[in-house]
Amino acid sequence: MSQRKTAGQGAAAEVLRISFTLNGVPATLEAPPSERLLDTLRYRLGLPGTKEGCAEGECGACTVLLDGLPVDSCLVPVYQVRGRRVETIEALDPADMAHYHARGTTQCGACTPGVVVTASWIVRHPELLETHSIRDLMAGNLCRCTGYDGIIEGVEDELEERGGTAGPGMHRS
Amino acid sequence: MLRREGLSKLTGRERYVDDLPLEDFLWGATVRSPSPRGRIAEIRFGGGVDWAEFVVVDHTDIPGRNAVYLMEYDQPALAPGYVRHVHEPVLLLAHPSRETLRRAIPEVEVVVDPDPPILDFRVVPGPEQIQYGSDNVLKRLEIKKGDVERALAEAPFVVEGVYETGAQEHVYLETQGMLAYLDGDVLVLHGSMQCPYYIVKALVPALDRPEELIRVIQAPTGGGFGGKEEFPSTLALHAALLALKSGKTVKVIYDRVEDMVATTKRHPARIRHRTGLDENGRLLAQDIEVILDGGAYVTLTPVVLSRAIIHAAGPYDCEHVRILGRAMFTNMVPFGAFRGFGNPQAHFAIERHMDVIAHRMGIDAIELRRINLIREGGTTATGQVIRDGVDRQAVLSRALELANFEKRRREHWVRNSEHRYLRRGIGAAMVYHGAGFTGSGEVVLASRLHVQGHPDGRVEVLAANIEMGQGTITIFTQIVADRLGYDPDDIVVAEPDTHRVPDSGPTVGSRTVMVVGRLLEVACDDLRRRTGLGAEARGAEVREAIVAWHIEHPEESLLGKARYEPPPGIEWDDEKYRGDAYGTFAWATQVADVEVDLRTYQVRVLDFVSVQEVGKVLNETLARGQIQGGVAQGVSWALLEECVWRDGAMENGQLTNYIIPTTCDLPPIRVEFMEVPYEFGAQGAKGIGELPLVGAAPAVLNAVAAATGREPAEIPLTPERLMVLLASDETRGGPE
Ligand code: FES
Ligand code: FES
Repeated sequence: MSQRKTAGQGAAAEVLRISFTLNGVPATLEAPPSERLLDTLRYRLGLPGTKEGCAEGECGACTVLLDGLPVDSCLVPVYQVRGRRVETIEALDPADMAHYHARGTTQCGACTPGVVVTASWIVRHPELLETHSIRDLMAGNLCRCTGYDGIIEGVEDELEERGGTAGPGMHRS
Repeated sequence: MLRREGLSKLTGRERYVDDLPLEDFLWGATVRSPSPRGRIAEIRFGGGVDWAEFVVVDHTDIPGRNAVYLMEYDQPALAPGYVRHVHEPVLLLAHPSRETLRRAIPEVEVVVDPDPPILDFRVVPGPEQIQYGSDNVLKRLEIKKGDVERALAEAPFVVEGVYETGAQEHVYLETQGMLAYLDGDVLVLHGSMQCPYYIVKALVPALDRPEELIRVIQAPTGGGFGGKEEFPSTLALHAALLALKSGKTVKVIYDRVEDMVATTKRHPARIRHRTGLDENGRLLAQDIEVILDGGAYVTLTPVVLSRAIIHAAGPYDCEHVRILGRAMFTNMVPFGAFRGFGNPQAHFAIERHMDVIAHRMGIDAIELRRINLIREGGTTATGQVIRDGVDRQAVLSRALELANFEKRRREHWVRNSEHRYLRRGIGAAMVYHGAGFTGSGEVVLASRLHVQGHPDGRVEVLAANIEMGQGTITIFTQIVADRLGYDPDDIVVAEPDTHRVPDSGPTVGSRTVMVVGRLLEVACDDLRRRTGLGAEARGAEVREAIVAWHIEHPEESLLGKARYEPPPGIEWDDEKYRGDAYGTFAWATQVADVEVDLRTYQVRVLDFVSVQEVGKVLNETLARGQIQGGVAQGVSWALLEECVWRDGAMENGQLTNYIIPTTCDLPPIRVEFMEVPYEFGAQGAKGIGELPLVGAAPAVLNAVAAATGREPAEIPLTPERLMVLLASDETRGGPE
């Protein structure tokens, strides 16, 4: 095939000015309001740590914290973050990764940023473990490599170091 | 040693192909066949799209032979007027805007004049459905040991069974992705892959381009499991064709749906066993037929079939064995490499069958295995003598002990008789898996590997084997550190780049540590020798010698080299399919403890134990992670993962309805190793990556059989299937 066909083209999408707090720093950008936050972060803001695994809210690879709570950024239209706080994997302190590193929390790494962001939320809120197990809390992050033990144990160790109480999550099963 | 790239992954700094910064590039995409078989009558470009903005490539743009070459030239890179499966690539488009491209794809209509497809590999094709040879058989293989017919005729007991396994999608979390661009005259492919040199091999004939002008670089790869063994060759060809036509950098990233519906999967299988035994449960004859669904093109199917039949008789010693294998052409998406490579199918059948036999004969299923398990000096179906010093009975015993098998079994009997709707059961499987290429495969591969001593004293590993999560970079570092007494910080593992690293073979078949790691040891020794040192020299002494060598040989490079040599005494007859199929086998016993809910027909795995002998374990955390991840994939293959097909198309190509397990669907997976160093593996290691997936499914189904008193013979055992099974009045029969 060598010929190229010509036809009409749709109108340019409207853009919106959006201000929010990104990893602790004020950010302003212009983007189509329905753009996925995931794409905004990856392709517009140069933060490719957040991954796409499914694009439909199943895998959690795209997890970021929105006002401190984990959300699937593939399901968040960017206009929804106006005036809110977004935290991505890039904001987390590498010094906090030691237990995950030691326990084999990561293998291929594709699920890992999402896993670590969710884990960071759990370890900051040990009170969650009074009502949920770590397995319950991590159920939104699919991992195809580890069978999950390396993830669960990494979170357990991190909680323990931070003095988290032994809620039901400390019993694995 | 901790995973070397671990921190980079944990902090989100690892750059996968879709993360690399690019300027002035085009996104590429694929237009696919809507139909399983037929002639392409017309391709219509819809209105409302400015096609002049697009780069369009079809089969006439292919400079060389229109094929994705690996074993055969049968699979076109782009359909040349005829399609043989749904989602077969027909056209390629590229555009600077991904959004525009996405909207344009459905505006291209591929009109197909249909011919009758064959979609079920288990039925005999009609004359109008024949599309490969005279009978649609892609490959036929046979193993013969002793005289099966006679032994079966004389056996006091004969037990038959038919077992079926479904397709399985890899669901590596990072989808397939590739970049292509021209660097001067050199065409560069950079992406997610397991086998850089397979891509070179496919591109040379298709692009009619000399090997020197093709450079393949592996980007960090977010999981593979076999799914990035052969498929990336197709993707690389597509990206290359678009880049050559446009003169621009082209990036192709599949979204999850495209990745699931259009790429290879595990071969569906139907395996029939006819087994003769004496009164005590001693195996007298095993007559086995293995049929695989090969899909529309050959891909790696012949070698998958080979591994399936070699392992089909299980880890047992039987004097009379016949195994017939055939792989059938169908108009399904081509099936291909997936962790285990035919062996999980083989073991699902034999290990389920062992429990069926035991129950029919009134023998304990564990005892039946004990009686027949290969002993030191015993032989496999191909006549390979097993003399490896492994106590297989002890592997079995240890797993049962860890799982509390006897106690749990008794508890379950009591509980099951009392509980209204929950039924518990415990089941085991005994497995073995040969690592590395089959038969003479490694000799044919003739892998080469280099280590380079740099002027500053650092040592660099030059190998084509890639990291995809299994730990190659870490283990290679460990092997060099150990061999040369080096500080890991002074060891570099080169990015797999075919213009820099020699062909040390594909990253498949559990071969990286055992086979390639061994080459790495040899190359380290060679490097040390070239600096004039003896074999005992280590650490600073080696370092200084490397620095001194460079002062004496300015501008030269110092390479330690290794080339594959088979272990002594290995003999394989490819014609008769007899002899030493593998250098060695790894062994495992896997135990599953399950609970079946008779209201919902759901099976919950309460506990899973995997005990394996894999030679020396080089890195406990990595090894354990391999076992747990493999078990998880095996358990979910058994219970959750179902490809739903309609007219040859996968209907559930989404993570919403193709289910892989979450944290809540799996128990902690308990792992223990027994170690008998293997003389010809790096530091005594055997292959490990595939073994854990092999026994998980039969262990789970044996547990379900124990819980329900039925004999499930088909996976995935979804709630729907279990409901049908429980509704039938066919119980296990035999003595209770
Ligand atoms: S990519 Fe957002 S949940 Fe999977
Ligand atoms: S580490 Fe590979 S998917 Fe989790």
